[in-house]
Amino acid sequence: MRLGLLLIAVAIFTFVLLSLSPIDPVQAYIGADMMQISADQQALIAERWGLDQPFWNRFLDWLGQILQGNLGVSLVFNRPVSEVIAARFQASLQMLAIAWLLSGLLGLALGTLAGAVAGSWIDRVIRLYAYTLAAAPTFWVALLLLIVFAVSWRIAPVCCAAPPGVLSQNVTVWQHLHHLLLPAMTLSIIGIANITLHTRQKLIEVLHSDYVLFALAQGENLWNIVRYHGLRNILLPAITLQFASLSELFGGSVLVEQVFAYPGLGEATVQGALRSDVPLLVGIVFFSALFVYIGNTLADLAYPIIDPRIRLGGQMNR
Amino acid sequence: MLSLSNLSVTFTQYDRGLRRKQLRVITDLNLDVQAGEVVAVVGASGSGKSLLAHALLGILPQNAVMSGTMTFQGEPLTPHRCRLLRGKAIVLIPQSVGYLDPLMTVGPQVQRVAQLTGRTKAAAKTAVKKTFTRYGLPAKTFDLYPFQLSGGMARRVLVSTAVVTPAQLVIADEPTPGLHPDVVSETLTHLRELADAGRGVILITHDIAAALKIADRVAVFYAGTTVEIAAGRDFFTGKLRHPYTQALWRSLPQNEFLPVPGNQPNLEQLPQGCLFKDRCPWVDDLCREERPALRELNDGWVRCFHAEG
Amino acid sequence: MTSTIDPAVNLEAKTSSSLQQNPSRTSRRSRTLAAIVLGTLFLGAIIFSPWILGESGLSTVLTQRNQPPTWSHPFGTDWLGRDMLMRSLHGLSLSLRIGLLAASISAFIGTSLGLAAGTFGGWVDAVIIWIVDVFFSLPHLVLLILIAFSVGGGTRGVIIAVALTHWTNLARIIRAEVLQVNSADYIHLSRQFGKSSLWIARHHMMPHIVPQLIVGLILLFPHAILHEAALSFIGIGLSPHLPAVGIILAESMRHLSTGYWWLGVMPGLLLLLSVKAFDWVGENLRILLAPKTSQE
Repeated sequence: MRLGLLLIAVAIFTFVLLSLSPIDPVQAYIGADMMQISADQQALIAERWGLDQPFWNRFLDWLGQILQGNLGVSLVFNRPVSEVIAARFQASLQMLAIAWLLSGLLGLALGTLAGAVAGSWIDRVIRLYAYTLAAAPTFWVALLLLIVFAVSWRIAPVCCAAPPGVLSQNVTVWQHLHHLLLPAMTLSIIGIANITLHTRQKLIEVLHSDYVLFALAQGENLWNIVRYHGLRNILLPAITLQFASLSELFGGSVLVEQVFAYPGLGEATVQGALRSDVPLLVGIVFFSALFVYIGNTLADLAYPIIDPRIRLGGQMNR
Repeated sequence: MLSLSNLSVTFTQYDRGLRRKQLRVITDLNLDVQAGEVVAVVGASGSGKSLLAHALLGILPQNAVMSGTMTFQGEPLTPHRCRLLRGKAIVLIPQSVGYLDPLMTVGPQVQRVAQLTGRTKAAAKTAVKKTFTRYGLPAKTFDLYPFQLSGGMARRVLVSTAVVTPAQLVIADEPTPGLHPDVVSETLTHLRELADAGRGVILITHDIAAALKIADRVAVFYAGTTVEIAAGRDFFTGKLRHPYTQALWRSLPQNEFLPVPGNQPNLEQLPQGCLFKDRCPWVDDLCREERPALRELNDGWVRCFHAEG
Repeated sequence: MTSTIDPAVNLEAKTSSSLQQNPSRTSRRSRTLAAIVLGTLFLGAIIFSPWILGESGLSTVLTQRNQPPTWSHPFGTDWLGRDMLMRSLHGLSLSLRIGLLAASISAFIGTSLGLAAGTFGGWVDAVIIWIVDVFFSLPHLVLLILIAFSVGGGTRGVIIAVALTHWTNLARIIRAEVLQVNSADYIHLSRQFGKSSLWIARHHMMPHIVPQLIVGLILLFPHAILHEAALSFIGIGLSPHLPAVGIILAESMRHLSTGYWWLGVMPGLLLLLSVKAFDWVGENLRILLAPKTSQE
């Protein structure tokens, strides 16, 4: 199965990287208490973890653990990694879902508009917006929005997923949404840029095709052409693009959650990296690979549904 | 019905380093078409014939500049008028199914063509189905995608796009290449029928033999300009006027099969004088300097100083 | 996250009564060249600003702490009274230099792998493509964090991480060019004539590859710089003692609630302008060197 092969590749890659790294797993685990442990104790710990074993043994051991679903214990959170990922992903998912839908729909709309009136001032404005946003650092845009909406205008909270000091079971739906609003909007705004530009490009290509030329020859006006032929023919690239954007969104969420101190998977990634939480980091790497893979597979599944040539191909008629 | 006079089309293109070059694809084209006749526009591949069709419909790309006069049914054919008439009074039969939307079934596409001429959706659908039946296409053709059509079926669907309209001028762009001879004959017959029904048909092709089967008159195209306008039968009675036409006739497999020596001139830099001078057996100093105008000769037209009756 | 979009061409023709070329005052060619020169000068100015402007404005001046942007301090001052414009220029210069270094290494890797994949084909090609697929299976930032973390973070970590992850697109493009050129008829003819592979590489391949390489390299810089800034912002990148842009922005977050917005907005704005400058130069170079669909 392709997924299996891919994940094994990622596993090998990750393991090799971490083995080569100057990170000492024992030190990473012990942390600040390193000073208080004797060399003998360090050796004992190393032996217990099998760190003195040759490379392949360690790798296969580790791989075996992973395949059984045992991703280890997070050093930062002191809970099993799988639990941490599950909890954190729930928080991120809401933000990602909103951003994914919004950036997809708005991106499609703006891109189609820009492509249809390519060269006009509307197109120029849309392009300016998209190019500028695409060139802007994600965390800076987040910062900007935070400053405007939270600090200056005070219509959104400055941080976190809930008001500070409130117990999680007491957080209301409104408070929850209120805290989700700005991070989700930020991620959406950033995601729109790329989708707009690519959709625009695709529509322009379609508008230069032979069949559009023929439609024009039939007396069809621009908007009908876009309606009947444009949208249909950019649907496939649009869907591919949409699912591919999941990867970028995940990366974007790392930065956005950092700026808004939103306790999602992205923020956990940063924590893991800064505090050398190897099990957590590895778990998140695997998870993100799975996430991207699912996205791509869903896109592949859409192809036969939309393109009759793939669905029916090979059925010729006399 | 249609009259073209001194039509010229030039394209601006950018090369590497942003050097600008101008390609003059159509030069001083003259042509006229009456109702009920088939006029073939014949010339080598790539000599700008398709662009003529696009010019008549007003769908040339934006980097094209057009000059000269076009008159349709007594009124000038301005860009505005082109937009009003295309699909209704002037229609195109395209070269291949590549000109149909690949993700849409063919029935609704032809139906749309009919709707654009003013019919209601229901009336359009009936018209399409009637036409398909008339051309012997099975009923399920309506719901097939373009890629599912065989060569013959595709041709008939493409011709239907013209038939469902009341258009008086039909432009058939290269309808024959790559097709089985039976399909070719059938296509040509359909086009002849259109003309016999009172429409004017322009047949753009590089296949003279095919054109001569149904054409009333033939306009010979070279390097973007008309070099001769002859009656169809002139080819068989040996009454050809221009040296290029004669060479073209001789080059046919069923005749002497002699290729025409030389190459078409570079469209970026059209030579002074006659455009055919580098390949012409009759060339002299006069035609090297001056470009001949189209003149009447023996009930036809020719662009040559030396052509005799 | 930059894109490459061609200029638009509309659908209908224009007619003129006479066949005149439009004598434009500033031809497209000279406008493109001007854009490239201007963009390069702007970027050069930023990169060399530390040496040109020196250290003035970077010292602590407690009497002018936390001032909003004014004429004397266009970017305001920070909590130590340091001029934010100077800090931004120094930081950006550093970030640009690091980004350029990492991107160049990446371009080298990308070109080599692309050439290898296209030229040798077979299993070499398969392996390289497979590696590219693995790289694409992870979100870019996650991959960066993983690599930077593994090599111990810091400046070295950032350079290695960025260098090792930005080569994929360029490799793909170069590989496609090589395959396309190799399959062309004139290459077969050249071989028939007995020209050596090296000769073919130089005379037939290079003219196609070099433009793509140059444009690809220039357009790679902004990605590299943005990612370096992101890593530094998170804290996995450059050391906090260095004045890189990401660091400056991370610091500005501590002062957000106090309303000192210029600490984050202005340096980021300068970074944005630099990225746009790179895009501008890159796109114009592309128009100049390979205007395939640029018809006007």
